[in-house]
Amino acid sequence: METKRLVFIGVGGQGNLLASRLVGEAAMSMGIPAVVSEIHGMAQRGGIVESAVLLGDVTSPIVSTAEADVLIGFEPLETLRAMGKCNKDTVVITNTHPLPPFTVSVGQGTYPQVDESLDLIKKKAKKLIALDGIAIAEEVGNPLALNMVMLGALIGSGTIPIGAEDMKKVLSTSTKKAFLESNLKAFDLGMEKAQ
Amino acid sequence: MHKLLTDSPGEKMLLLGNEAIARGALEAGVAFATCYPGTPSSEIPENFFKISQESDLYFEYSTNEKVALEVGAGSAIAGLRTMVTMKHVGLNVAADPLMTLAYTGIKGGMVIINADDPFLFSSQNEQDNRYYARLSSLPMLEPTNVQEMKDMTIAAFDLSEELGLPVIIRTTTRLNHIRGDVLLGELKPVKTKDTFEKKPFHWVCVPAVSRNLHKLLLERYDKSAEKSDNLSYNQIIGEGKWGLVTNGVSFNYVRDAVSDLGISDKVSILKLGFSWPMPKDLCVKFLKQVEKVLVVEELEPVNETDLKAIAQEEGIDISIRGKGIAGLSRLFEYDPGMVRKAVAQYFEMDYKAPETVDTSDTPELPGRPPNLCAGCPHRATYYCVKQVYGPDAIYPTDIGCYTLGLLPPISMADFVICMGSSVSSGCGFSKATDQKVVSFIGDSTFFHSGITGLVNAVHNNHKFTLVILDNGTTAMTGHQPHPGVDTDPMGVDLTRISIENLVRGLGVKDIHIVKPFKLKKTIEAVKASMEYDGLSVIISQEMCPLFAKATGQFKKSKPFHVNHNKCKNHRDCINLLACPAMYLDGEQVEIDKNLCIGCSVCAQVCPENAILPLKE
Repeated sequence: METKRLVFIGVGGQGNLLASRLVGEAAMSMGIPAVVSEIHGMAQRGGIVESAVLLGDVTSPIVSTAEADVLIGFEPLETLRAMGKCNKDTVVITNTHPLPPFTVSVGQGTYPQVDESLDLIKKKAKKLIALDGIAIAEEVGNPLALNMVMLGALIGSGTIPIGAEDMKKVLSTSTKKAFLESNLKAFDLGMEKAQ
Repeated sequence: MHKLLTDSPGEKMLLLGNEAIARGALEAGVAFATCYPGTPSSEIPENFFKISQESDLYFEYSTNEKVALEVGAGSAIAGLRTMVTMKHVGLNVAADPLMTLAYTGIKGGMVIINADDPFLFSSQNEQDNRYYARLSSLPMLEPTNVQEMKDMTIAAFDLSEELGLPVIIRTTTRLNHIRGDVLLGELKPVKTKDTFEKKPFHWVCVPAVSRNLHKLLLERYDKSAEKSDNLSYNQIIGEGKWGLVTNGVSFNYVRDAVSDLGISDKVSILKLGFSWPMPKDLCVKFLKQVEKVLVVEELEPVNETDLKAIAQEEGIDISIRGKGIAGLSRLFEYDPGMVRKAVAQYFEMDYKAPETVDTSDTPELPGRPPNLCAGCPHRATYYCVKQVYGPDAIYPTDIGCYTLGLLPPISMADFVICMGSSVSSGCGFSKATDQKVVSFIGDSTFFHSGITGLVNAVHNNHKFTLVILDNGTTAMTGHQPHPGVDTDPMGVDLTRISIENLVRGLGVKDIHIVKPFKLKKTIEAVKASMEYDGLSVIISQEMCPLFAKATGQFKKSKPFHVNHNKCKNHRDCINLLACPAMYLDGEQVEIDKNLCIGCSVCAQVCPENAILPLKE
């Protein structure tokens, strides 16, 4: 199959590591070779958390500058910051709900207007899928379901050879029963938005 | 049942690199495991800790890496299969036992996992520990993917027993933290007890014994060199004239570069999986079949230098290069694009790197450095100490979450080089200057290597203040226990050592126990420490809220909010504390009620008493 390089970018606590792992699980369940790459440790204290999934005949666990096929951003500022991973053919999927870093609160910088950030991203990427993942997560009554919304959007974007059913099968076995229903709902709504 | 105990050979499982190592150890019949946790190695012992509670495996979090290796040595010399895990700088701590354990050797297979950290994702340096294999003459294996992390672990145990030597497996952060498919094998039965055989003229390293043991080590080294030439982990892939030499994670970058550039028929790749001793015969064969060589290895030019030496000995006159070609540097991690470009440039190919989107119109973006969590007790302790000692005191710090005190507005980290250095460097700073010195050390780090420094401070009459930040866990690396922790909530019954009794026992006279969320009392205690003419120790006790939540010990308090009728916008809360639960809504400070844990520190700091518990 064609190689697909996905970059997940988010803020500690948003759950992008789980999202990338679940994509890896789904790929494996379909017999698609996958490498998932995460960085643990210091970065998780409210810092930027990046992970990557590489599908197909590729074994390098890193996506180099300009080489992402899909960038999945869990926070609009971080999506903008990660644009260096993109080329003109990259599809960008981003949550639009801002999570300003504390440097902004202490006056060490200004948080860029979300609309302006989205415009900048739109100009650069092949396609931008922007959705308020937090609003959707709150709508399904599970504020922690942002990663499920983003997974849904990724599958809905049709950029990777993993179908909704295969992904949901993995979700069903990998998430806690109490959250399963809201997670699946969040996934479906994310998918709808991206289609 | 723990997933790594799944007894279904032939099945595939998506595993984290560190899980694959743990699984490999289990498939090899590991009986005994020790560690001091350290990113990026921490998930290996994390799994062992859980597995040991439902299997025959003996596991312990040892006090530090030196202790872990010595405890492991006892087990391996008695005859048990033993694994010891640590991060790269941990091997510095364990270097003393390592160097002479190489002389005595072991009986039961012993595998040392050493996790290097190129790019310093969470370390104080990015030293290349392949030099330790050279320094100690011990064999070193370097896996390139998750499957090999499991398979090489099994091979390492067998190799260790065959050679009678500990075997080091070197990983790097990328490998520890990738996930990939792993084909499971059989779980070998575990031998949990053996008998120590007395051989004082072998095991007791006095000079006369060690002279013989050094000879023995060299014999064993020669035997491992033969093995290295014949094990399949070292191999030549392809028959082309362009030579590529690589190891570890870089093998993937080389492999993908060759495939992306469509040059598989032109290249020969020498993959070094059993990288020390160098497989000399294989290297010679490789050097004879290629016209020029590019060595792709992260960090130091270790293989490059050794290959040049081999070529010189053999009279092979070809170009062997590595560092300095395109972006191949001694710094940081490599990546696929960088390696592709270097390969293309070195072999003079036409190649155009993919173009990144134009980001020149992106405004300057605010940084997002990691930060102490909302409600972190370290923030409160730092606040109180700064109120008393001010910004001009010297604040040596140590390794842990609290190193984040480096960042403004706390700005209370002036020096750190390694575990334990806060205490001992405090001795030096306080003698060499007239400035006040307050050293900060975490509880786990204090047990790891702060105690000897404190003994030194007491004995040599040093005058400064040591703050021990006792949050009841090893927070930074993922909440492992340490000797001062009540381990009952974690399901194990271990003896708890009181930091207070320990400090008292060492002869410290001026000791203050504080609860950092009680700012007034804490500040009083800090003042008393400053007035005391001698060595003071402040033990600041408050459980890490993340750990408390994870272990069901968290006492829920009401979140706070800002009463705008009272707030006069002094912003002391943000300017002095900068808790991540606070944010600015226009000009007004607000508190995110989902992030606030109700520690009340900001409420005590507010001069207008405008921060109040939220009434639901």
